[in-house]
Amino acid sequence: MTSAPSLWAITRRSLVKDLRLEWRSKDAINSMLFFALLVVVIFSFGFDPTAEESRKIAGGLLWVAILFATVVALNQTWMRELRNQVLDAYRLSPAPPQALFLAKTLGNFMFVSILEVLMVPLFVVFYNLRSVGPVWQLLVVALLATWALVVNGTFFAALSIRTRSREIMLPLILFPISIPALLAMVDATTSILTGDNPATFWIRLLAVYDLVFTTVGLILFEPVLNAE
Amino acid sequence: MKSLFKAFAVLTVLLLGYGFCQAMFIAPREATMGDVQRIFYYHLPSAWVAFLLFFVNFLASVWYLIRRSTGADALALASAEVGVSFCTIVLLTGPIWARPIWGIWWTWDARLTSTLVLWLIYVSYLVLRHYATGGQIPVLASTLGIFGFIDVPIVYMAIRWFRTQHPQPVIGGGEGSGLAPAMWVAVLWNLAAFAMLALMFVWVRYRQAIEEHALEEAHAQASLEAEEAQ
Repeated sequence: MTSAPSLWAITRRSLVKDLRLEWRSKDAINSMLFFALLVVVIFSFGFDPTAEESRKIAGGLLWVAILFATVVALNQTWMRELRNQVLDAYRLSPAPPQALFLAKTLGNFMFVSILEVLMVPLFVVFYNLRSVGPVWQLLVVALLATWALVVNGTFFAALSIRTRSREIMLPLILFPISIPALLAMVDATTSILTGDNPATFWIRLLAVYDLVFTTVGLILFEPVLNAE
Repeated sequence: MKSLFKAFAVLTVLLLGYGFCQAMFIAPREATMGDVQRIFYYHLPSAWVAFLLFFVNFLASVWYLIRRSTGADALALASAEVGVSFCTIVLLTGPIWARPIWGIWWTWDARLTSTLVLWLIYVSYLVLRHYATGGQIPVLASTLGIFGFIDVPIVYMAIRWFRTQHPQPVIGGGEGSGLAPAMWVAVLWNLAAFAMLALMFVWVRYRQAIEEHALEEAHAQASLEAEEAQ
């Protein structure tokens, strides 16, 4: 008798499948990128800041743009699995639901990270950004903040595909819960860009947020997947 | 059961009346704020009742996921609905009180902002319940209830830090520092009255939700039997 594959092996396989699908279709990445680009351009019409002002508002604009774009990608995460009843197959299989949740979250984390890598230079150019504080901290903030958005986003996307009017449901339940994380990522980014305050408290808060909601998500995903 | 409920309702109305007298006529006039401060006797009890109900919602959600009992789900629904109503009272009475005292309707102060976020979270819970379909509602709603409640301390921490970093636009809040004993009497009477009112609403909504569920089950059973007969 062969031993059952480990949780990590199943997660990896599911993730590889998602990445391959995305690589071939580029559905999520393309729509997310174009959407984010539109938001950035529209924002820059809405505000016309000087270099000093833009340091203060860029954190907010950047994360709001990423939040909106993330929702676009998240809405497609589980949609794929609804076609051909893949989700039902998951339910019947003995694979642990946590593996599926982890794979989806990691996949979204990668997509949003790619988006950020492409968006940040654009922001720097459009808003004439030059950071006053320690720039390496922005990387920590970006990693923690992206995880905070996608871990809850992936979970709530799984909730919202079960409802009528799926697409609109996700932001309605994701945004209120994400308010503290959004506050933390925006203020951390602004603190670093302006160099006025240390960002340590916000980074710690993001880490706590990530830890708490990753745990809760892993525990509660099983009932959500099997909800009839 | 019905007569017990009637007695409870009558008692609640009497208590609300007595609480009103306490708040409007018996409690002393506040030295600096004047009569406007009397809104406090409705503001604070509503806030405490709302927070208590959100906690009940959390407990009922956890209980539902463990036991899958229809009662726990009905209680979660009832407590969230009544909690949002009372939280709305808090968010409405707050600005009415703030306008003459602070000179502004709203400020992004820690308590105000956390209450608003709390309200948003539980409104989103009710929206999810409204849009979810069929038998999945209780599971989806209870997970969101748990997420929402766990979020509350994080929201509070974030917003408190957020506020200490930004300049305060107005003078500090009204209550908090030293309440006259005569005012406490009015607060406690109104708190008792509001708690009973909330309990009454939750009771009614709970019974309704249970009966709705029973009705749905009966319909499903009937259609199953009709199919079998064919």
